[in-house]
Amino acid sequence: MKSRKVVLTVALLPAVALAAAAQQRNVTIKGSDTMVILGQKWAEVFMQKNSGITVQVTGGGSGTGIAALINGTTDVAESSRPMRDAEKDQVKSRRGKDVLELPVAVDGLAVYVHESNPISELNLQQLKAIYTGVAKNWKDVGGNDERIILYSRENSSGTYAYFKEHVLENADYYPTAQTLPGTAAVINAVAKDRRGIGYGGIAYGKGIKHLKVKKDANSPAVDPTMENVLQAKYPISRYLYWYLAGAPAGDLKTLADWVVSKDGQKVVENVGYYPLNEKDRAASAALLGGAKARAKAGS
Amino acid sequence: MSATTQTPALPAVREQLALRRRADRWVQRLITLAAVVAISLIALIFMFVGRESLPVFFSEEIHKEVTLNTLFLPQNYGIPEAPLPYVWQPVSEVPKYSLMPLLLGTLKVTLVAMAFAAPLGILAAIFSTEFAPRWLRESIKPVIELLAGIPSVVLGFFALIVLASIIQDQFQFDFRLNAINAGIALGLAVVPIIFTISEDALSSVPRSYRNASAALGATPWQTAWRVVLPAALPGIFAGLVLGFGRAVGETMIVLMASGNAAITSWNFTESVRTLSASVAAELAEVVFGSAHYHVLFFIGTLLFVITFILNWIGTVTVARLRRRLAGADR
Repeated sequence: MKSRKVVLTVALLPAVALAAAAQQRNVTIKGSDTMVILGQKWAEVFMQKNSGITVQVTGGGSGTGIAALINGTTDVAESSRPMRDAEKDQVKSRRGKDVLELPVAVDGLAVYVHESNPISELNLQQLKAIYTGVAKNWKDVGGNDERIILYSRENSSGTYAYFKEHVLENADYYPTAQTLPGTAAVINAVAKDRRGIGYGGIAYGKGIKHLKVKKDANSPAVDPTMENVLQAKYPISRYLYWYLAGAPAGDLKTLADWVVSKDGQKVVENVGYYPLNEKDRAASAALLGGAKARAKAGS
Repeated sequence: MSATTQTPALPAVREQLALRRRADRWVQRLITLAAVVAISLIALIFMFVGRESLPVFFSEEIHKEVTLNTLFLPQNYGIPEAPLPYVWQPVSEVPKYSLMPLLLGTLKVTLVAMAFAAPLGILAAIFSTEFAPRWLRESIKPVIELLAGIPSVVLGFFALIVLASIIQDQFQFDFRLNAINAGIALGLAVVPIIFTISEDALSSVPRSYRNASAALGATPWQTAWRVVLPAALPGIFAGLVLGFGRAVGETMIVLMASGNAAITSWNFTESVRTLSASVAAELAEVVFGSAHYHVLFFIGTLLFVITFILNWIGTVTVARLRRRLAGADR
């Protein structure tokens, strides 16, 4: 009799554990490596205020996050590039819901060179020439007589896609561009290579030199600082997005509302990215609020 | 006496024997099941990977983006922004899926690895079997096999941070992460395989060969180089083939240490992009069912088939070698 009671208890334990796990509220966030530190900081601060909810953040690249959103394995896809129409259609057909595109922060794409490089500014056409292999030597753009060594990101990266679309104007990267797994890796590589050039999100820029970027040969050279990015003076700046499948509910809505609130945007500043300006913040909050709030905001 | 072939008369004993025989048959069935499951798992993996790569051969939809032609033959894309014939750039306005830079990259890295590992492994095996005293020989083998236990990510990390800087300080190549860097790290992973199999092959050469050689007045080195090594050549060749197979399939080391630039050239001081690293880096992002997805599975099937053939050649040669030397040692 006694042994039977023991066996029964032991057999029921996994069931209890399973039930407990099912009660635990989880929100999954996957995607952009550019945004992963921001996502983790948001998760950390949010979980301190809401102890019942667990937020899991993973990187892998914007493409990974979007693929996960399509496959249904994540609640939120963080992306440093806008989602393509084909991808939005796939979410609709696979999960039956429309994609909710939520701008949550602003980023400038910085171009890095080694500290000892005499060049301090380049225009967009020169950047395109460098990365498509037309300009192979630093002296072609006004620097020393040395070969240009290109550092880039993997093709699953939103940063890669954004740079290709806006700077390369959809041309191909030159095949000698070495692909690295994250912005930090790009910075490490450029810091070790005096002939190197790389690009990535601003928040990670420590230890090398940022180039000032000019829209064309006659424009002023603009530094990637917060005012320049928020005032849209810096030529390569972009929104950072959260993509959700359909309007959020429950814990996900609590999280999303907090992220676009003033507290959530303060975290953005602390991590080193640029928060949304007031107009964009109101627009995002309205998107989350649903039809009634949207009507109120007049958007 | 027929007592051994007839069941004893006592019914209790007869029943016990029948029970034992039945249990025995069940255990045999269980073991056979285990073997069948193991083999069918491998076959099923191959079938799954192969099935996902079939659209590259047969699907009209996928042929709009990529065909066997575009995978292997030089392409003229007809646009000034794409001047090169062999380009791997699947995420693009006009996706480009040439496998040539990847195949060439894999080949370059593997050749460097074999050039580094083969002499080291074979000479170490010769030292171990021909020249080392017994106590040394018995400690060398487990230590080198420890090298086989180092996780490949650790070797990749070592190559990325330490080896690349050393090579760069010495030679000042244009690319800090290049085929030589990844090849040497890969060689470190392959040395234990070559050493172990060569050591087995060399020690299987019968004593009589060495004794005859010494009797004819040869020095130990002459014996090792001109008598024992040629006799063990089939086994050493098998070790090289297995090492080659391992080098072709290794992913983490090349992902971290090779620079991942899909360059089509025979220059070993440039970055390379291998088949395995491409799959590892890109499979996470592809949307299920796209042309990119099917091409990555095609690469997986290619790797599977290449390493399968190499392993098969290696194993068959080793088996033949063992049979021959076991028979010759009379």
